[in-house]
Amino acid sequence: MVRYILKRLITLAASLALASVVIFALIEVTPGDPASFMLGLNAAPETVAALRDQLGLNEALPLRYLQWVGGMLQGDFGLSYTYKVPVADLVADRLEISAPLALIALALSTALALPAGLWAASRRGRAGDALVMGATQLGIAVPNFWFAMLLVLVFAIKWQLFPAGGFPGWSDPLAALRALTLPALALALPQAAILARVLRSALIETLGQDYIRTARAKGLSRGAALTRHALRNALIPVLTILGMQFSFLLAGAIIIENVFYIPGLGRLIFQAITQRDLIVVESVVMILVFAVIAVTFLTDLAYALVDPRLRRPA
Amino acid sequence: MKPALALGAVLSGAALAAAVLSLVWTPYDITQLAIAQKLQPPSLAHWAGTDHFGRDIASMLMAGARTSLAVALVAVGIGMGVGVPLGLSAAALRGSWVDEAIMRGNDLIFAFPSLVIAILITAVFGPSATNAIIAIGIFNIPVFARVSRAGALSLWTLDYIRAARVAGKGRARISAEHILPNIANLLIVQGTIQFSLGILAEAGLSYVGLGAQPPTASWGRMLAEAQTMVTLAPHVALAPGLAIVATVLGLNLLGDGLRDALDPRLRGRMA
Amino acid sequence: MSLLHIDTLDLSFAKTPILRGVTLGLEPGEILGLVGESGSGKSMTALSVMGLLPQGARATGRIWLDGQDLLALSERQMCALRGNQIGMIFQEPMTALNPLMTIGDQVAETLMVHRKMPRAEARAIARAKLDRVGLPGPRFPLSLYPHELSGGQRQRVAIALAIALQPRLLIADEPTTALDVTTQAEVLNLLRDLARAEDMALILITHDLAVVAGMADRVAVMRHGQIVETGPTEPLFRAPRHPYTAQLLAASTHRPKAAARPGPAAEHEYFCQEEAAGISSWQKYSKSDAALLRVAGATRIYRLPRPRPFAPHPELRAVDDVSFQIGPGESVGLVGESGCGKSTLTRAILGLDPLQAGSITLGAHPVGPGMPQAARADVQVVFQDPYGSFNPRQRVETLVAEPFHLTGRPADWQDRVAAALSEVGLAPEDGAKFIHEFSGGQRQRIAIARALIIRPKLIVLDEAVSALDVRVRAQVLDLLATLQASHDLAYLFISHDLSVVRNVTTRCLVMQAGRIVEQGPTEALFTAPRHPYTAELLAAAPQIPPAWMEDRAHATPLV
Repeated sequence: MVRYILKRLITLAASLALASVVIFALIEVTPGDPASFMLGLNAAPETVAALRDQLGLNEALPLRYLQWVGGMLQGDFGLSYTYKVPVADLVADRLEISAPLALIALALSTALALPAGLWAASRRGRAGDALVMGATQLGIAVPNFWFAMLLVLVFAIKWQLFPAGGFPGWSDPLAALRALTLPALALALPQAAILARVLRSALIETLGQDYIRTARAKGLSRGAALTRHALRNALIPVLTILGMQFSFLLAGAIIIENVFYIPGLGRLIFQAITQRDLIVVESVVMILVFAVIAVTFLTDLAYALVDPRLRRPA
Repeated sequence: MKPALALGAVLSGAALAAAVLSLVWTPYDITQLAIAQKLQPPSLAHWAGTDHFGRDIASMLMAGARTSLAVALVAVGIGMGVGVPLGLSAAALRGSWVDEAIMRGNDLIFAFPSLVIAILITAVFGPSATNAIIAIGIFNIPVFARVSRAGALSLWTLDYIRAARVAGKGRARISAEHILPNIANLLIVQGTIQFSLGILAEAGLSYVGLGAQPPTASWGRMLAEAQTMVTLAPHVALAPGLAIVATVLGLNLLGDGLRDALDPRLRGRMA
Repeated sequence: MSLLHIDTLDLSFAKTPILRGVTLGLEPGEILGLVGESGSGKSMTALSVMGLLPQGARATGRIWLDGQDLLALSERQMCALRGNQIGMIFQEPMTALNPLMTIGDQVAETLMVHRKMPRAEARAIARAKLDRVGLPGPRFPLSLYPHELSGGQRQRVAIALAIALQPRLLIADEPTTALDVTTQAEVLNLLRDLARAEDMALILITHDLAVVAGMADRVAVMRHGQIVETGPTEPLFRAPRHPYTAQLLAASTHRPKAAARPGPAAEHEYFCQEEAAGISSWQKYSKSDAALLRVAGATRIYRLPRPRPFAPHPELRAVDDVSFQIGPGESVGLVGESGCGKSTLTRAILGLDPLQAGSITLGAHPVGPGMPQAARADVQVVFQDPYGSFNPRQRVETLVAEPFHLTGRPADWQDRVAAALSEVGLAPEDGAKFIHEFSGGQRQRIAIARALIIRPKLIVLDEAVSALDVRVRAQVLDLLATLQASHDLAYLFISHDLSVVRNVTTRCLVMQAGRIVEQGPTEALFTAPRHPYTAELLAAAPQIPPAWMEDRAHATPLV
């Protein structure tokens, strides 16, 4: 078990290191000088040079990379070129919105997908199965941002049950949750469709295994064999998809935040791109990648919890 | 043919036909603005109505189909062209450092969701349809590499591969002669899935302004422009969305249907 | 009154009849052997009794168990019966247990489902049951997971959970087919002992007549969904009434005629005598150039993962200092249980894997991954699996012609393929077909044609007939014997089936844990084994008592 976790931790560190090199290198090859961009077109060359010095842009490349990584490890992401405030503070503010949004969406999609997948698998080939499968087929085909627009049209504009956009802050938690409801729903539904399909096919696959036949020969009913033997075994492929979905949810959140004008990480990164605030882009991308890699690590740990073959290899 | 497969073929075929037709003919010229005709509801003259510049939405949908399909198709091509050889090599040299390097590289790309790749590329090179293709294509590479590696690995344990090795054939030749034809089904199915995901991704990227730029027509950008007018004229937002749903649904049904039709186990039963 | 009475059971699947009028009775405590070839309907009969038929199957007739008609019971009533009054174990122990659940919980589950007893009590009984099936407490705690057990041990767990409630009827569907001979003997003994001691009736389903001969009180023979003959075991073996039973019996002890001929080279004869006398020295023999294949001190070592970081890699000596030769035209058997190193040795002989020590030479050429193509042409191979041996997307003629890669494809390759197909008993036109159009036995014939096409001197038969039904197997063995005589082929016959090896080889090697523990002339080795492991293997191998077959020796022609 310890060995397994150690191996995963080493993979985690290596992926992070590699990702940071890739991101740093990409931002480095970007044309344009941040210093002159910050000072505007009319800045004197001396002032630009002074600022470059101050920003550390004249140092050797490997040294700057190490400074960047070293800073991040201490929570120092540098200074935003446009806002002139620490990037860490900017990101922390935005994460307060984006992280709960992604988590609510994840919880919502799981809550929808589990019963749907179970139900469809248990009545495979019958009308209920066909119904769930048809609905999920449609759910996968709907772009989440368009679905978000439809939600706004119906629930915000027509029935006025939820706000159409914006975020009031966490000082009023109820209002904040209300503001996140439609975005979370828009994010969750297409993901729930995928998850339900994966769960169904994983369950059907496990139901064909020999040990299900053994369980039935013991006297377990079809339903008991499904919940007591098939479900846990089907969880292994489902976990993989759940882990991958997190990265889709993050990406989806970037777009959905734009539909609802929610000041999260997604809005921040688009503003940074238009303002060529590359240090913010660099940091936010690094944080997103970190989140994905960390979730992959957690998925691997979850495998070990579910599967004794990983926990106690023979 | 099963009804779902037929529906899939019809929907995907319609999108393809619209895209091809738009090369030579659209009902109206979409570069001509006619502000006087703006935001008209669907009518006989304008089947899907007009947008806030008075352009014919049906014509724009046809031109948008071209962008969507082209971006997704080229992205699948990139993913297959790079990913399949990588996956085959990894499987042929299973357990070696080559395999390890390819799989770790895959994991690394997987850590960057396609939108994040697009954001990085756009930040560096500026937004364009080409960059959208590259971003989606890069994301497709590890998908195809994994699928072909997994499919190839299960084949490498079979006796006919051992027989080919006893016949003196090398790993590269066996991969091309015995492995590739037998994973073609898997690749076709995965190809349709990635194709439909590519259409969704292109729409998303264009929607947030990282994809196709004006004057190139794009379903995603039509939706972005429609967003502010959704209360005034819902049809402006409905039409492009429905076009996306229909195309993606069609491709997914086609993929599922092909998987069943090509499954050798199912086919064996019919024989 | 009989315990189980199946009365004219008909079963159809999507209008295709599977079982036709199956009628069968079973007394309490009786062991019934249900035999037949694949597809004869044995398993479907068992699943009908269990009420676990696949969806879409329609069963009619009566299945009486203790006076109640099982086919008339509801699913809920059947659930209460299964595991309680009827237990069942299946063929594949590796997949029959839930990998995520401890063995203790899996056995206890049977008790908890039916007796509603608390978990602690159920686990205490589970402990006793596992002890009963030969998995004693200290070595096999309840907290073990299936992957921590061997195949034979898993099958014991499966038996424990099937007999936890002392059912009156146990159905065992090919329970030992996936196990090695020594494990098979242990599991069969356990089953017989359980049936006798607990007065539990047992239906033993198997394709292996020898297993039935040693186990069953009565035998029922199935074919095409019908019972063709049933009767007490010994009389049925001595004097089968139905021709099909007679064919099965003849095929399972079939000895191809050509194999009985003496070894081709006098020098080889001399060597065999020397071997038999215990003067085992390959060095002496290897000086002569009569040997076709010469394996000298072959050693193949695998590095295992480190037990902890920075510890040295432990080594597995999969093939450990193995030496032997095969002369031209000779048939040599290689027997051993799974994991003994047979497959690793085979791969080395085929030149697919390198050796860490020792050498293999074929004719004048050293064998290894880097050997020249032309040298490879002297050895070809036939594998076990008739389904996985061919690329399903190529035509048979392309498949058969593949070895021409070694020699260059001659201009008349299509004629040669046609000739090879004729030689193995197929039509030349079959070359244009795809592999899925052929049966298992025909596919093995095609595999032989493929091996034959470049006229090799040695063919490695890697469990080549193990997946075939007995009658087809006998035909393929005859074909191999004919080809050996006409082409002066040498065979290396690798098999776990001792009776086949005994019937078709002149010399035999016994392998255990990477080493050849005994080698010598087959008959001598089988009648007077010198190594204890050989003796153990022979004792474990199920056998039809020769006396039972004497009455009709050569009486029944093979069909």
